Amino acid sequence: MTQIKILGSGCANCKRLEAVTRKVVEELGVQAEIEKVTEYPEIMKWNILSTPGLVIDSKVVSSGRIPSEQEIAAWLTAK
Amino acid sequence: MKIKLSSLRLWLGMAFAILLWGLAYSTLQPLSSWLVYTALRMPEDSSLAESLAFFLYDVPKILLLLTGMIFLISVLRTFFTPERARAVLGGKRQGLGNILAALLGVVTPFCSCSAVPLFIGFVESGIPLGVTFSFLLAAPTINEVAIVLLLGLFGWKTSLIYIGSGLLIAIFAGMLIGRLKLERFVEDFVWQVQLSQPAEDEQLTWEMRFQRALDSVRDILRKVWLFVILGIAIGALIHGFVPAEALAQVMGKNAWWSVPAAVLIGIPLYSNAAGVIPIVSALMEKGASLGTALAFMMAVVGLSLPEMIILRRVLKPQLLAIFIGTVATAIILIGYLFNLLPLA
Repeated sequence: MTQIKILGSGCANCKRLEAVTRKVVEELGVQAEIEKVTEYPEIMKWNILSTPGLVIDSKVVSSGRIPSEQEIAAWLTAK
Repeated sequence: MKIKLSSLRLWLGMAFAILLWGLAYSTLQPLSSWLVYTALRMPEDSSLAESLAFFLYDVPKILLLLTGMIFLISVLRTFFTPERARAVLGGKRQGLGNILAALLGVVTPFCSCSAVPLFIGFVESGIPLGVTFSFLLAAPTINEVAIVLLLGLFGWKTSLIYIGSGLLIAIFAGMLIGRLKLERFVEDFVWQVQLSQPAEDEQLTWEMRFQRALDSVRDILRKVWLFVILGIAIGALIHGFVPAEALAQVMGKNAWWSVPAAVLIGIPLYSNAAGVIPIVSALMEKGASLGTALAFMMAVVGLSLPEMIILRRVLKPQLLAIFIGTVATAIILIGYLFNLLPLA
């Protein structure tokens, strides 16, 4: 089971990142749990300086932007 | 071999795009006059024709400029990240630190929705509060859309004046806040956050840089195109129908109260630069002075209500008030300065 975290306080980009991630997870058919992290002390545990952040299995793979579907698919299949 | 071929295609594609852009840009003026005066047969001296020609020329011009310039700025910005800015600013003292922070704030890609994580991440890693504010101020005050619009509607001198004033405000407001020792007015949870190791830097290829720049051009255009059209439409009407010098009394150099009034009106007005600058440009044609116009623009673009609400999460009300007060005062001073200077 892949653990995915979306870090962000609920801004427009955070919602877009969540939507893209859900879409990719569904298309790939991977078993994944997606959690939204919206509280700043929790977000900052990952030491990102810009939101939204994407964490896959305890690793920050991107922050401050919305990665493309291809990129997310690559991260999900590479592990 | 494969890699070389694709990068050759990338650069050829860029060269072709630049050529097309230049061609399109140079046909705008003749095309808009031809449309209004030849195709629509409007009389040369009518206000409506003048407004329409102005509109038909300025809208595509600004949209083209935005596309080209935002692309270039975004490519440049792929070389900077908030993480790198933090690494540079760590251990820098007041003064030099404020100057560096303001400069980095301009070139680092930054969205005001990230103000809180950035603030916590900077302060927690030991960057002084004042230096952090210089960065946080420079980023929204010196806005890339504003730079492009000023370039298109006023010329490069005004663009540089705008960038220079924004830097001055960010540097001095940050230094002042640093001097006042206001750390106690930062929300307590900020000091308790535990930072882990930051994620490693990614290596970007040129193709990735171009791709990201294209993405940000698309994002920004999607956000501002309507404001550009509306702003220029209102500007065009003012241009055609308001008599020259009509505004000299209220927005001219000699109306001393016009600068603070412009700032007070500008702060709660949350619009983006794209809508405000075309209107300001038309107002200046009718007698508003540069300093007053600049003050209004900076208050609208730099001090936005949504950003203040976001910052309230990490700043106690006292510090937020000092922050807004300092910046508003700085903008007013800049406004007076440019009203006094024998420019334009």
